Amino acid sequence: MLTRRLFCVGMLLILAGVTPALAQSIVVASTTSTQDSGLFDYILPLFEKETGIDVKVVAQGTGQALDTVRRGDADVVFVHAKAQEEKFIQEGFGVKRSDVMYNDFVLIGPKSDPAGVSGMTDIAAALVSIKAKEAPFVSRGDRSGTHSTELTLWKEAGVDIEAAKGPWYKDIGQGMGAALNTASAMNAYVLSDRGTWLSFRNRGDLAISVEGDKRLFNQYGVMLVNPEKHPDVKAELGQIFIDWLIGPEGQTAIGEYEIDGQQLFFPNASGQRI
Amino acid sequence: MSETLTAWQLIASGDATLFAIVGLSLAVSLTAVVVAGIVGLPLGAILALTRFPGRAAMVVVLNGFMGLPPVVVGLSVYLLLSRSGPLGELGLLFTPTAMVTAQALLVLPIIAALTRHTVEDLWLEYREELSAMGVGWASRVATLLWDSRFSLVTVLLAGFGRAAAEVGTVMIVGGNIDGFTRTMTTTIALETSRGNLALAIGLGIILILLILLVNATAWGVRVWAVERAG
Repeated sequence: MLTRRLFCVGMLLILAGVTPALAQSIVVASTTSTQDSGLFDYILPLFEKETGIDVKVVAQGTGQALDTVRRGDADVVFVHAKAQEEKFIQEGFGVKRSDVMYNDFVLIGPKSDPAGVSGMTDIAAALVSIKAKEAPFVSRGDRSGTHSTELTLWKEAGVDIEAAKGPWYKDIGQGMGAALNTASAMNAYVLSDRGTWLSFRNRGDLAISVEGDKRLFNQYGVMLVNPEKHPDVKAELGQIFIDWLIGPEGQTAIGEYEIDGQQLFFPNASGQRI
Repeated sequence: MSETLTAWQLIASGDATLFAIVGLSLAVSLTAVVVAGIVGLPLGAILALTRFPGRAAMVVVLNGFMGLPPVVVGLSVYLLLSRSGPLGELGLLFTPTAMVTAQALLVLPIIAALTRHTVEDLWLEYREELSAMGVGWASRVATLLWDSRFSLVTVLLAGFGRAAAEVGTVMIVGGNIDGFTRTMTTTIALETSRGNLALAIGLGIILILLILLVNATAWGVRVWAVERAG
């Protein structure tokens, strides 16, 4: 009696919870910054309403997102590490890369500013100072777009970070939000994209230390996964999403997204830098 | 504290998204426990009744697998279900079915190992009687499972607790997709990464209350069943 009832409940749950959605859908591999900043929560309902295509976002660091796509587990990839993306195209996994939007990176640090970099506009000089004072610094360490940028910036600052890192340099191997939480708890410096920083709610004693350097530019791009590599890719639906994203509706929606009156991402699908 | 209030306001206002997330969490974890139970209960009972070379090793392995790291189970299921993997054609990755599969695998050793333990104790008691009656194999397993059913409810609850509380496997094989594979635990992880610590705690409290509710229900059913059984 009891077992039969349990069995019925189980079957009902299987039917209720596990029936796949019948609507058309695509999987988009994207970055933690687009998810953590809340951008998708704003623009995707607009797209879904217009086209009836359900967009499922899997948010990972750029490196991991590209690996997910190499395995064929997504239809579209929307990330921010141009060098990695171009390599991806060369390998034949992506069809064509289009610019979508940009924002910028900011160096976040404690208000007490132990490295004395607050207000600087030269990111390389700021990093040199952090290294010299061995002020605590949190690195994503996860091959994400932000992590790649951080490594490039150390190189530009003339610091061989592999050799220079010590206890002050915390490589945490986690997403943007986790890195900000860690920095907040340890009063450390951390490189963040502006969008995630603006939507981040656990700032503690952290504030923007360095911003406005050209080298802090952060470009996002979108690519369709090559159906020749992975025949299961929903190329047609994926292309509709890409066309919307870089078309007038998508670009307007991206530009409209604000937190506390601040615009987070700047659409630039036509390719020009502002 | 304002965000903790938000979590409660979400419940009070009957927030549809929250209820969908709670519903999915319960559906996935309960289904996983049912599936793991269908396999694990007989498996544990058979292991309790039989003696064969290598049995001791199998018991040790099963007991050890109660501590399977969720991330490892998640990765294994991910590689199986990935479009480049052996079961890729099913298109199951990043679906609730994938999450059920992974959680069932995670919970199966717990149910099988604890069932083995429970049934073996009972078997020592029943052995002579059942042997004397010349009861066949399948009936022995069924009798022992049935007579230890009240203890086995606790076994299933242990499995459910593990499934409902874990985040590693569902994050990897489900992908934490909004409105599709986002569960209580992955929502908590997401809100933590957004720095909404108070909201994350609020959701955590709701999850704990839910697990308590499932346990209380099971306890009630058990008391009722014991009374009926006299």
